[in-house]
Amino acid sequence: MQTTAGEIRFQELIDADEKVEPRDWMPDGYRKTLIRQIAQHAHSEVIGMQPEANWITRAPTLQRKMTLIAKVQDEAGHGLYLYSAAETLGISRDEMQQLLHDGKQKYSSIFNYPTLSWADMGTIGWLVDGAAIVNQIALQRTSYGPYARAMVKICKEESFHARQGYSILLALSRGTEEQRAMLQDSIDRWWWPALMMFGPHDSDSANTPQSIEWKIKRVTNDELRQLYIDQTVPQAHYLGCTVPDPDLRFDVDTGHWSIGLIDWDEFWDTVKGNGRLNRERITHKVKAWDDGAWVREAATAYAHKQRTELEKTA
Amino acid sequence: MSPVTTTAPLATYLVRHADDNLIIGQRLAEYISEAPELEEDLAIGNLSLDHIGVAMHLYQYAASLGGAGITADTLAFLRTEREFSNVLLVEQPHVGFGDVIARQFFFAAYQTLLWEALVSSCDETLSGIAAKALKEATYHLRHASGWVVRLGDGTDESHTRMQAAVDGFWRFTGELFESDALVDEMVLAGIGVDPARLQTTWETRVSTVLSEATLTHPSDPYQATGGRTGMHTEHLGYLLAEMQWMQRTFPNMEW
Ligand SMILES: [Fe+2]
Ligand SMILES: [Fe+2]
Repeated sequence: MQTTAGEIRFQELIDADEKVEPRDWMPDGYRKTLIRQIAQHAHSEVIGMQPEANWITRAPTLQRKMTLIAKVQDEAGHGLYLYSAAETLGISRDEMQQLLHDGKQKYSSIFNYPTLSWADMGTIGWLVDGAAIVNQIALQRTSYGPYARAMVKICKEESFHARQGYSILLALSRGTEEQRAMLQDSIDRWWWPALMMFGPHDSDSANTPQSIEWKIKRVTNDELRQLYIDQTVPQAHYLGCTVPDPDLRFDVDTGHWSIGLIDWDEFWDTVKGNGRLNRERITHKVKAWDDGAWVREAATAYAHKQRTELEKTA
Repeated sequence: MSPVTTTAPLATYLVRHADDNLIIGQRLAEYISEAPELEEDLAIGNLSLDHIGVAMHLYQYAASLGGAGITADTLAFLRTEREFSNVLLVEQPHVGFGDVIARQFFFAAYQTLLWEALVSSCDETLSGIAAKALKEATYHLRHASGWVVRLGDGTDESHTRMQAAVDGFWRFTGELFESDALVDEMVLAGIGVDPARLQTTWETRVSTVLSEATLTHPSDPYQATGGRTGMHTEHLGYLLAEMQWMQRTFPNMEW
């Protein structure tokens, strides 16, 4: 098989740690992997609005309410930004959205868990945005230019979210017994799902080797997860809380925290659509989209009328 | 239990406007993640944030005039339906995007005029809040007017829906311009504005947008009233039940 100039150029960019840009030639698999990954990332930002929007109307103070609204708004912005990045690969936002609605593209399974107390607003910021940050810092060095740049921009806001989340939890940790119980219960519910956010073990991750070779992925799932565990466990302890893992221990030889077994059945169940709220999340999304059809049609019709008017007068 | 509300006339005046903003901000917040497109989710979030921000500033100022233990949060989360003094328009629920826009349109058209007048209040703090709020309300009005026109003059379906939305909220617009003894007192002191003075301009601006939108000017002669004296519609209780749930369930805690 002959190697084309495009292929050579692509490999040179990858080898030199330079960015691949939309106009560069790229292997089909590279394009497809990126579309899948960026779309999934964008969908996660958008579906992720729901579990937090669930508490906006019930936030306990005006300041917390405003901060939460601003956070959910940021996530919508991240969604927009990522959809644009994916669009540079030759797919439209509407197409991606349709794939999401049809269950053909996924979003992060973490958002299929319900938010059952105010403490969850803190835990999501701390654990979920925290995990996203660990992932996304690595992705700032991803080989596809538009994706890497989106990550740089998004990471700044995510670290703000993580800090705000932790501040909610700090307030609870300094509060009454009821508040501390609310806090511990929340950590108990979110800890394992958060660890699952990094995906299956490297040994079970079909896409990892190729993605690493293409430098889409720079660090493996298990490496990222360990990094996350090491930074997060002490933060849980600082809150006066435990994580729900009887096997958790600090390994003095390696300097790392080691954890018990992750329940991969729960992980795959949720990925396959049988998590706590998979159906509700998509139903909500599809309903908002369908309910808005008449609005989008009207906007298009109006814009068309305006153009026709303009042409008449021109 | 510590006092939750204030009684000084200026504080009462501030709280009534704060209530307007908090309640519409809360209604808008309900809609986040339900908009027809992502861009509108962002816009709705902005509107909600602006209104709740204004409410917080007004409450804080009012609280500073009241007794010990009164804070912006006690005012927002520990008063009852009868103690809330917002106009009825802002507590009205919405069914879809057309409702959200119609309610916002009528209210923003009023608020731009209100804040514009309150910028010249001889109360410096209020004037400062008004100046910031005026900028925001000006954007709110532009956003809402744009949609009233697009939806009114879009498709047959959107025209029908938008007409129904403006007709549905119309009976709550008259109350925006009512005066009472407190308003008179505030006007006399050079602090407040007589809303009656704003009505003609409001009417002109609203009519202009409605006719650009090819919508028929609503003609319902019935106008509802009562919000300023705590005589609300039945909707407010549920809104408060949800909004105040945390503070009621877990009293006297820091969050
Ligand atoms: Fe995000
Ligand atoms: Fe975030």
